[in-house]
Amino acid sequence: MQTNFSLTALADAHVSESEKILRACVHCGFCTATCPTYLLLADEADSPRGRIYLIKDMLEEEKPATPQVVEHIDRCLTCLSCMTTCPSGVHYMHLVDHARAHIARTYTRPLPDRLLRGMLAKVLPFPGRLRLALRVATVSRPIRKWLANLPGGAQLAAMIELSSSFKRRRPTRRLPGATVDRPRGRVALLSGCAQQVLGQNINEAAIRLLTRHGIEVVQPIDEGCCGALVQHLGYESRALDAARHNVDVWTREIENGGLDAIVVTTSGCGTVIKDYGFLLRNDNAYAQKAARISALARDITEFLHELPLQDGVRTTGQVVAYHSACSMQHGQQVRDQPKSLLRRMGFVVREVPEGHICCGSAGTYNVLQPEIANRLRARKVTNIEKVKPQIIASGNLGCITQIGAGTRIPVVHTVELVDWAMGGPLPDVLEGCLG
Amino acid sequence: MSKIRFTEPNREILARRDSIINDLTRLVDPAGLITSTDECRAYETDALTAYRKMPLAVVLPKTTEEVSAVLKYCHDTGVKVVPRGAGTSLAGGAIPSEDAVVLGLSKMNRVLAVNYDDRFIRVEAGVTNLSVTAVVAENGFFYAPDPSSQLACTIGGNIANNSGGAHCLKYGVTTNNLLGVRMVLIDGSIIDLGGDYLDSAGLDLLGLVVGSEGQLGIVTEATLRILKSAEGARPVLFGFPSCEGAGKAVADVIAAGIIPVAIEYMDKAAIEICEAFAKAGYPLDVEALLIVEVEGSDAEMDATLADITAIARANGATTVRESRSAIETAAIWKGRKSAFGATGRVADYLCMDGTVPTGKLSYVLAEISKIVQRHGLRVANVFHAGDGNMHPLILYNANDPSQQSKAEAAGDDILRLCVEVGGCLTGEHGVGIEKRDLMRCQFDDADLVQQIRVRAAFDPRWLLNTDKVFPLDFRCQG
Repeated sequence: MQTNFSLTALADAHVSESEKILRACVHCGFCTATCPTYLLLADEADSPRGRIYLIKDMLEEEKPATPQVVEHIDRCLTCLSCMTTCPSGVHYMHLVDHARAHIARTYTRPLPDRLLRGMLAKVLPFPGRLRLALRVATVSRPIRKWLANLPGGAQLAAMIELSSSFKRRRPTRRLPGATVDRPRGRVALLSGCAQQVLGQNINEAAIRLLTRHGIEVVQPIDEGCCGALVQHLGYESRALDAARHNVDVWTREIENGGLDAIVVTTSGCGTVIKDYGFLLRNDNAYAQKAARISALARDITEFLHELPLQDGVRTTGQVVAYHSACSMQHGQQVRDQPKSLLRRMGFVVREVPEGHICCGSAGTYNVLQPEIANRLRARKVTNIEKVKPQIIASGNLGCITQIGAGTRIPVVHTVELVDWAMGGPLPDVLEGCLG
Repeated sequence: MSKIRFTEPNREILARRDSIINDLTRLVDPAGLITSTDECRAYETDALTAYRKMPLAVVLPKTTEEVSAVLKYCHDTGVKVVPRGAGTSLAGGAIPSEDAVVLGLSKMNRVLAVNYDDRFIRVEAGVTNLSVTAVVAENGFFYAPDPSSQLACTIGGNIANNSGGAHCLKYGVTTNNLLGVRMVLIDGSIIDLGGDYLDSAGLDLLGLVVGSEGQLGIVTEATLRILKSAEGARPVLFGFPSCEGAGKAVADVIAAGIIPVAIEYMDKAAIEICEAFAKAGYPLDVEALLIVEVEGSDAEMDATLADITAIARANGATTVRESRSAIETAAIWKGRKSAFGATGRVADYLCMDGTVPTGKLSYVLAEISKIVQRHGLRVANVFHAGDGNMHPLILYNANDPSQQSKAEAAGDDILRLCVEVGGCLTGEHGVGIEKRDLMRCQFDDADLVQQIRVRAAFDPRWLLNTDKVFPLDFRCQG
């Protein structure tokens, strides 16, 4: 597509990168067909092609974001389904990241929106604060309907609603790593910020799986949030700080003991860590180190799939609907490994119709855009229930929470199932479900 | 840079914009009325992005009744209307005018009825082509026309352009697979044409509507013929050391009376582009590739393939490879159907859409190379060879104005060539704005006048998709 940037604008590294992305787009419209918001809203401006066009206009004209542009960019789930569909190789993720940073710089959001976003950015990446927030959410449950009528209250109510689906999970403290005798490999396992609080059992299962296969696991005490949450909220510099911090922490591990991989059990985080090399490409002190970290990042299922895997020890055969998180299938293009692991353990894995469409979780999206998120969840649950599964498996805590709030079928992380099949404990949510 | 002219917008309409918008708020659901500059911007072009015009406003109705109310209003107040489906037109068919309201059918995307006994499906016009097949596939049926943009393009747009696709060699194009439509005329009246069966009584107005590029009315519902899927289907790759050999092989297959489901052609440039994207296993050591798909029982496919292979070998084919799995078949078609978009990875392009008699394919391919070279540009050819529907992609740099005009000039020369050899200007993409000024190469004045009379009988004030299809100086009032 033709672009029209001034030479001064192109001198900016971000703009020149976005210009390259825009030049690849041929405006064919294929992406509209696989975009969740276009499927629901059917407005060009709520499709990837429309957003790309609005971003192009905003950047070319070097103009501040308008409320209309912000509304349509905010509605984007960043599910990246468009990138899987795009035949021209348009890197939508980098373009929309740039647009969000531009919005954060040039647009003042209404106060309730600002407070909510500020709160999410200050709470979610910090396990201690998140624990406290969950307690507040629990006691606020009775007033959520009243809250929903206040400005910005719909989002608060959505948050309280979602927090209730965590009840069955045990909040615990962060895990230490695990050593093994004569290790055949050494990996860092990302603790995750929200996952530490809401899904510690996932990393417990991952550690058991890894050590069972002779892999030493380290969990550096000073590792922080990967930066995905703040990045998608448009706080670019905070995201870069988070990336630099973790690059330092993992580089230290590489230099003291070596790392074969940085293993991630939350695919949303995996997508961003794999992108650190790009995010820090213009930072001379970090570009090279960040690229090395990105090259080492693996989803847990990718890593396990490359190992000589032990056999399962339990009677399986349960019907599992595998829900591929968008960050898994579109962000990281990891498609077959999780299903193949589950099949290898003897589960009957069923594909979910319309499996390429987002469940509505999308980081903080289900808090910020509850109406669209709820519609997508209902659509997802209907599709999942069509294949009549006993269990739903997914590789991302956000999806597990989102889908779990809409169905009675238990939702677990893929590694919890694989771990159980290999002799680990039965995941809490499956107690009494496997008959 | 831009060669294609637009008419001057009607100042009186522009001056009335606020009151027109105010009136429209009473006619459509507020969520379906778009008026801000930023949001209208998303509708200023389609897949012919070299041309852009901001519309007066955009309406996205949800019902036939809303469409009717908007058209009646526009008719009564003299406001132009540009219909839009998915905005995938390569000929600028959905590009607005500044004094026109864009009427998008995207929100009308419901499936209304499926009838397997009588083999039809009734859908709203905003349903995408591929989702029609998706609805009936679980029962072993499909909808035959399959334009490469079928993932995104709408049935309404397919009807407006009489779209074809790779598999139309055997099954025909849209007009052969459409049974009936509900259509709103510019004065707001709602008419039904055709029915749930082939060949309805009276004048074949349905045939007239197909391919009329939104100038006779706006189709809101369509009844489509669905077919039982074949027992089996198998694409085969034939690689040739020369373009002429591949072109001749196509001509010989057709001349022998063999009708495969599809014969698709790719030259070396297109093979490289598509292979890089789809990793379909296309041979990279050949100058031209034919993807030939046959279907039926195994015995039937074997017999047809033996005949085709003999013809291909006689024309010098060096590679013959059958698809061995469903995954391979999917990759072969994914590469072909994504060819235009994948070309965006290497260059901007203008996609031509001319049709020639298959006996002239080799000659035309050679001439196309010469034409494009003469204009100092490169070309990639990927097209429906079986029915002679050519899609040369003229590669250029859209940020270089001189290349833009060279590409357009080369395109015009190619289309004139198609007409000269006994073919036509448009296979399936429509005339739009792109080929509007070349219509005189195809038709003499008497032909055009007759077409314009028919158009004016439906839309006497020329309000529907006004600047498209007919040369701007060629207007007559009904």
